[in-house]
Amino acid sequence: MSAIGREDVERVVALARLALDEDELARMARELDAVLGYVASLSRVDTRDVPPTAHVVPLATPLRNDVPSAPLDPEQALANAPEREGSSFVVPKVIEAEEEG
Amino acid sequence: MAAPLGTLRECREALDVGATSSSALVEQSLARAKACASLRAFVRLRADAARAEARESDRRRARGEVRSPLDGIPIAVKDILVRAGEQTTCASKILEGFVSPYTSAVMERLEAAGAISIGATNLDEFAMGSSTEHSVYGPSRNPWDAARTPGGSSGGSAAAVAAGIVPAAIGTDTGGSIRQPASFCGVVGLKPTYGRVSRYGLVAFASSLDQVGCFARSAEDVARVHDAIAGHDPRDSTSIPESAPRCADALDGDVAGLVIGLPREYYEPAGIEPGVLAAVREATGALERAGAKLREVSLPHSEHAVATYYLIATAEASSNLARYDGVRYGHRAPGAKSLSEMYRKTRSEGFGPEVKRRIVLGTYVLSAGYYDAYYRKAQQVRTLIRRDFEAAFRGCDLIATPTMPETAFRLGERTEDPLRMYLSDVYTVSANLAGLPGVSLPCGFSSGLPVGLQLLAPPLEEARLLRAADAYQRLAAHHLARPPEPA
Amino acid sequence: MSAPPHPEYEVVIGLEVHAQLRTRSKLFSPAPVTYGLPPNHAVHPICLALPGTLPVLNAGAVELAIRVALASHCELQPRSVFARKNYFYPDLPKGYQISQYEEPIATGGWLDVRVDADARRRVRLTRIHMEEDAGKLIHDAAIAGGGTHVDLNRAGVPLLEIVSEPDLRSPAEAAAYLRALRSLLRYVEASDADMERGNFRCDANVSLRRHGESRLGTRTELKNLNSFRFVEAALEAEIRRQARLLGEGGRVVQATLHFDPASGRTRVLRLKENADDYRYFPDPDLVPLVLSDAQIESVRRSLPELADARCERFVREHGLAEEDARLLCESRALADFFEAARARHGDADVAKWIRRDVLHALGEHGLEIEASKLAPEALADLVNAVTHGRVTAQSARALVPELVLSGGDPLRLVRERGLEAVSDTSALEAAVDAVLREHASHVERLRAGEEKVRNFLIGQVMKRTGGKADPAALRRVLAQRLGEEAP
Repeated sequence: MSAIGREDVERVVALARLALDEDELARMARELDAVLGYVASLSRVDTRDVPPTAHVVPLATPLRNDVPSAPLDPEQALANAPEREGSSFVVPKVIEAEEEG
Repeated sequence: MAAPLGTLRECREALDVGATSSSALVEQSLARAKACASLRAFVRLRADAARAEARESDRRRARGEVRSPLDGIPIAVKDILVRAGEQTTCASKILEGFVSPYTSAVMERLEAAGAISIGATNLDEFAMGSSTEHSVYGPSRNPWDAARTPGGSSGGSAAAVAAGIVPAAIGTDTGGSIRQPASFCGVVGLKPTYGRVSRYGLVAFASSLDQVGCFARSAEDVARVHDAIAGHDPRDSTSIPESAPRCADALDGDVAGLVIGLPREYYEPAGIEPGVLAAVREATGALERAGAKLREVSLPHSEHAVATYYLIATAEASSNLARYDGVRYGHRAPGAKSLSEMYRKTRSEGFGPEVKRRIVLGTYVLSAGYYDAYYRKAQQVRTLIRRDFEAAFRGCDLIATPTMPETAFRLGERTEDPLRMYLSDVYTVSANLAGLPGVSLPCGFSSGLPVGLQLLAPPLEEARLLRAADAYQRLAAHHLARPPEPA
Repeated sequence: MSAPPHPEYEVVIGLEVHAQLRTRSKLFSPAPVTYGLPPNHAVHPICLALPGTLPVLNAGAVELAIRVALASHCELQPRSVFARKNYFYPDLPKGYQISQYEEPIATGGWLDVRVDADARRRVRLTRIHMEEDAGKLIHDAAIAGGGTHVDLNRAGVPLLEIVSEPDLRSPAEAAAYLRALRSLLRYVEASDADMERGNFRCDANVSLRRHGESRLGTRTELKNLNSFRFVEAALEAEIRRQARLLGEGGRVVQATLHFDPASGRTRVLRLKENADDYRYFPDPDLVPLVLSDAQIESVRRSLPELADARCERFVREHGLAEEDARLLCESRALADFFEAARARHGDADVAKWIRRDVLHALGEHGLEIEASKLAPEALADLVNAVTHGRVTAQSARALVPELVLSGGDPLRLVRERGLEAVSDTSALEAAVDAVLREHASHVERLRAGEEKVRNFLIGQVMKRTGGKADPAALRRVLAQRLGEEAP
């Protein structure tokens, strides 16, 4: 489980929308390899019939009444926008092939 | 040279008898911050706002309308809790310039209590780190030795309290980020039960582990701050529904009959600096002499805690940090010609190397083909770790351990070795995994550097925890020691 | 008109519908659910995924989901889990969608679907789950600079995803299933289910296999189908494409396709091999949704009588033919209309008038029963008048379209326009006599035994009286004038 291949790192880096140069990729692969090698010890723990922790302090489902609150003033909503037009956020053109990609 | 401020209690008593005013305290605090600037405890001061709030507090006091024991007292808040109209950066370039339109629950409660934040303290970027070296502003320094780390990720808040800039400060603890800096800086640091303090407005690192807590110079002071910020919040779905009992009223100094468990896995001499072990044993011995009973217990899955923690924390973080994409706020890489280029450049420019490391690890851990072996497995081991504590607490009231196996390390010593950095969290992460409340108290020195004693309690038992901590502080005065004045 | 099932291949279709729930606020944020507002005028910090925001589940959305699950005979899961679906896209502010993955709120279930006059099928459901909607992107080439605009008003609106088993065998069945599902959603008032407004969206999965083959063929996915007609047309086009491909010895590749109504063809949008890894994991900011039996029962009791049960009752209590009952029960409003009319006067006949006249008039203008300006009681009065001979069926039927579309009091209109049936004997006698004189040859044929000529003569009298002759009286007078009966 430990040796994380270069391809794996590249795939994951892309999934996370990061861009690393050659040196950074090599270094990341090394560091991850060390960490994954370490966490591999978990595979030795007997977890048959052990449920994964859902929540540390068991709670009943908190629910909110279906009552709408006043929305943000659009100026406030857009106040931190790196780029805007009217009351919309603007991003570089999205090409269809990039949909959910 | 601006003198260090007294403890929270001393400040309050001085205000109550009219020996000082909130405005005077805030001035003193600001002056002290300036004098201690080399510590880089703060990333941003809010001097004007603090002075205005101090004047308000003084007016309230004159009218006899004191809001709480914290009214008029200067404090500091880790730059990870939002406040309407003010910047929050989480020590990251990706949030540069971000001004929140809403206020966090913790800040709301502090405001309601009349506490006055003089500024935002330094942290490891997005709370990911154990040394406050992973901050876009540069590292904070330990007031006891400026060449050393104050710990992390809440290093700025710990340093601010240790250096006497403020009597109390707010931090957050996901894997030890309050307790470890408290230990390194010789102050008291409390991580409450998970869900005890609202996370609404806390910038998320690892949702199932993050908790807001506080630093102060004494357990009693910590109890006061905790009482002000704890309690149910319907805006946080993981918030404990029951109202929080007042801890400050529970401190009667009595430990007779209290059973304190010492987990053998935390006392292996090979893994602990001898001076640290000696100080901790001295502390537990003092409690025993005061009437507590010491008992050896076992937490068999302790050796897996760090691995479990890093798998869960990084997985959750990788998802929590996906929103930092340059679309709606924060940094956006200029000149990107397509959406995907914008995403990649923005995030690569905006995040530091430690954050990137954790995002990549976390993404990997959740990815197809690895989820069961890593993430799901870790959540199962987490259940076993929780059960270890449940079993141990059937035979004792509290658990005592060293907070850290060592004292503050030098700046720059561990930044090239992330795994070594992670491994030093060995004594603190289990409490986050199990959701338990934990406190670190100064219990002595090793080679001139502070040593912390960690006490852990079952969920919801902050009062029991702080009562024992306060009782210890009536037996030993390490918490009153002050670091040397800054150069 | 739909393509008949393919002669060589069996068509296998499964549908995924996303229906927007009729709540006033969003699924995890209190921002209002609105329609048609300018961009970002209905957002809250949670909708913008600002740092520190947290989700809290909308109780109203849960109730609506339970209603739909009960109405479609699903098994409600006492415990379901919200999971994060992680991917990057500008309309997804958090960088993940909160959905349900391994543990949805409901599983199983079915819908009985009327495909045409005599064919009904039971279409099984796989599951129903809750999730939040994404915002909207506006890729308008006219926008200066060529950027894309992001509007988050819709981000966070509650959706119900309803997944069918691949039980559908033709595009016509698919359309019929969608109509039945839409009807159900409106019946329990969970959704407006209006495809034009975008609150009822359909994705279709289609594959072909040889008749008799049990293994499923490779399926493709058709997305963003905006109307029932498009669904049928797109499916037909894709079936043609796949059949041609297979006929040429090719292989169908898993892909997502887009349907172009102008060309009537489907084209590949992206290949599934490049599909994103969504890294689903349970959302740590939320706790599992636990439903109690009491809660489910309470929703069950509040449900209106559902279509199937009501239909059975119409057959039993109102003596309707099953076909008529089914039609009337297709929408709650229509069934209510019928029962209101029936309650006014006991004429079961009113069912025929609704089907033949009211619905027909509405249908010509693409309207539904809710748009009828003719109230059910008024219709009943009109039908009643016909039954009692006060107005002829012909005259009454002629009034219906106007009443339905423009309103008015039927009985007053009858009076104002002098449409009362003519049963006054002398007027009738005069008309009959005139007709018998004009059509002497017909009279002879009638006397000679050609019965069918009688209807011709009756028709002529009717024409003469402007359709107002009371049919029964007319027959009698004619018979008398012919000497068949005594006056």
